[in-house]
Amino acid sequence: MAKDRSESSLIKAGYRWIDERLKIDALVEYMSGKVVPRHGHSAFYYLGGITLFLFCVQVVTGILLLMYYRPGADSAYESVRFLISEVTFGWLIRSIHSWSANLMIFAAFLHMFTVFFTHAYRKPRELTWYTGIGLMGLAMAFGFSGYLLPWNQLSFFATRVGTGMAGSIPVIGKQLMIIMRGGEEVTGATIGRFFGLHVAILPALFTGLLTLHLIFIQRQGMSEPIAWATKRPEEKKYMKFFPNFIYRDALVWLIVLNILALLAVVFPDGIGVIHWALGIKADPFAPPPDVIRPEWYFMFAFQALKFLPGHVLYIEGELFGMTIFAVGGLLWILVPYFNRHPAMDNRSKWIVGFGVFILVFIIAMTLIGYLVKQV
Amino acid sequence: MLRTIITLSFLSVLISPVHADVNNCITCHQEWEDNDGPSFKFSRDIHSQNGLGCADCHGGDPTLDDMDEVRQSKNYRGVPDHLQVPDFCARCHSDASYMHNHNPSLPVDQLAKYKTSVHGQRLFGLGDKKVANCISCHTVHEIGDAKMPHSSTHPQNIPKTCAHCHADAKYMAEYDIPTNQYDDYKQSVHGIALLVDNDLGAPACNDCHGNHGAAPPGVNSLAAVCGVCHALEAQLFDGSPHKAAYEEYDIPMCEICHSNHKILKPTDAMIGSSDTAVCTDCHAPDDGTKGIYTADSIKTLIRDLVEARDSASVVLEDAKAKGMMTVNEEFLLKDVNQSLIQTRTMVHSFDVDSVAPRAEDGLAKADTVRVNSLNLIDEYYFRRKGLGIATLIITFLVIMLYIRIRRLER
Repeated sequence: MAKDRSESSLIKAGYRWIDERLKIDALVEYMSGKVVPRHGHSAFYYLGGITLFLFCVQVVTGILLLMYYRPGADSAYESVRFLISEVTFGWLIRSIHSWSANLMIFAAFLHMFTVFFTHAYRKPRELTWYTGIGLMGLAMAFGFSGYLLPWNQLSFFATRVGTGMAGSIPVIGKQLMIIMRGGEEVTGATIGRFFGLHVAILPALFTGLLTLHLIFIQRQGMSEPIAWATKRPEEKKYMKFFPNFIYRDALVWLIVLNILALLAVVFPDGIGVIHWALGIKADPFAPPPDVIRPEWYFMFAFQALKFLPGHVLYIEGELFGMTIFAVGGLLWILVPYFNRHPAMDNRSKWIVGFGVFILVFIIAMTLIGYLVKQV
Repeated sequence: MLRTIITLSFLSVLISPVHADVNNCITCHQEWEDNDGPSFKFSRDIHSQNGLGCADCHGGDPTLDDMDEVRQSKNYRGVPDHLQVPDFCARCHSDASYMHNHNPSLPVDQLAKYKTSVHGQRLFGLGDKKVANCISCHTVHEIGDAKMPHSSTHPQNIPKTCAHCHADAKYMAEYDIPTNQYDDYKQSVHGIALLVDNDLGAPACNDCHGNHGAAPPGVNSLAAVCGVCHALEAQLFDGSPHKAAYEEYDIPMCEICHSNHKILKPTDAMIGSSDTAVCTDCHAPDDGTKGIYTADSIKTLIRDLVEARDSASVVLEDAKAKGMMTVNEEFLLKDVNQSLIQTRTMVHSFDVDSVAPRAEDGLAKADTVRVNSLNLIDEYYFRRKGLGIATLIITFLVIMLYIRIRRLER
């Protein structure tokens, strides 16, 4: 008992020492005052935290992979092979990095759609929405740039197709493709560029944008359901952000960590269409694999472009499709501008309809891409 | 005026499209030949496709439209007799300067070689009109480039071209030679490779027997014929004790073990002292040589290596099925297979001391594959245990957090 008291006074002394210098009392008081709404859809609030947790896993495992990875046409494949076959727990780090990347994108998609359908993007949270969409784009860029790094046959040809699609953009397409590839073709120079993008440029941008996103959330708090606008204060339920919500967040993170460990150990090379088996080294002169598919989160766009004919209204099919995607993406980003009213009105219903269409389109195209036999 | 008329007449003859292309041979012959006649076939012939006409071989003036006048015209050679065909073709094909202008890559020694062949010797020496001449193999009036799949001399068509006569027991009756070569060849590794697997590198009849100089290889030249492709085996055989013995007893070198036209895929059962072994065809335990001992020793080395390879493969497949990273072991297993191929090749030295190092190298690698694969399987169970412990710890933490939350919100 006496020992507990002395430990407790030691912690308090330490806290006082820090508080005198950094004034964290004010921060704790601010955090204690924050609340999180409790309602039927409260589970959605954890999706952002799950995405954040998986990003942290990405950072940690990415740094560990960096210790062995050597970019270059003559070393990339060999270094990954060495890492997963010779380095103690190297296979586990790569497996966790790959699973975590896929789960992060999946969690980010869920987070984005739940925010969309609960109208949480409306005033005053427009900036949170914009930064969130930016983070989604950066996460997909992480996936695209990381896919090439093992320099195996599949990643080589998939990157050639992916960067080739950028080449069909009018006026700047060709130059954009050359900048991405570091030349006319996908070579060792492309690995250098994608590696720099993956480990320096994208993390810097992501961290900056993520910081803004988190600051906005902390300043504005969690969005309340639209139906609460007409409720009396005593009908609304809340929980404290600290420690209640933080504890729940931690509990969810632990479960996600366990799922991640399970997937990484049982399926170290992925499962089904989500796989990253090292395979054979990239050879530009070898015939391409029978089926070249992008990562699952690009599949809907890839499949939709395949459905388009060679020309649509005198415009090249691929260019037409990319223009449609660009317009759709712009509408998606600007949704806070179109839906500014706090209550559910006709316009909101139209926007929900648009969201449902986009969701069904993405799911349908992805399923067709995987289930219909490629020719 | 007269000068103008003469000049115009001369020019009209010069520019007339009919003048250069007139070929009344085709025009007349097509009137009375059926669709399979020479005048119809010739458009598919390589000579026709290279601009040659009937008169280039048969002579005469193709612009004439009366057959009797054609026969009287300049250089008319008509249809050659079976005996005359080789010289008929050689008029151009043995003329180096002429061939240089048409197809410089084609040799011009076909007639010279043909005269050394059994066909040529019987044709010119005995006047035997049943033996093959140029058109027997190359056909006539629709001769194709040997590189073209429809040609009778395309590698994949050659066995059938030769078999046209050589598989006809009635036709070949008077020559007292077998007629089962084609059937045997189709069952051989060479025949299957060429005719079934479409491997144009596999030998057809002419690759062993020669084409224009076709003759059966002599007993002592068999190793040289097979050695053209199987160079290492031939070299090992030349250094083996069998070489001198085979020469002394006139034993056909490769053929005695592998046969000639029906060369089947060799198996390990061919070695040793069992009933299936070819070694026992010549050797007996008490023949005063160490042949049977050598055969059994080599067989044991190969058998051990095959068993070690198979055992390592089973363990490796198990590790692979468990999702373990087996790239290095798979590469090493390829080395084991390579050692096995080398060991089997070294059999042609008929020397245990030469075979043993290759086999032992393979055995060591197979053992490494097996041990590494077993380690990977152990690692698999270690991972599962690790996952179980991690799950237990995480579950404990989840329960503790849950209790904490419950207490907090009570």
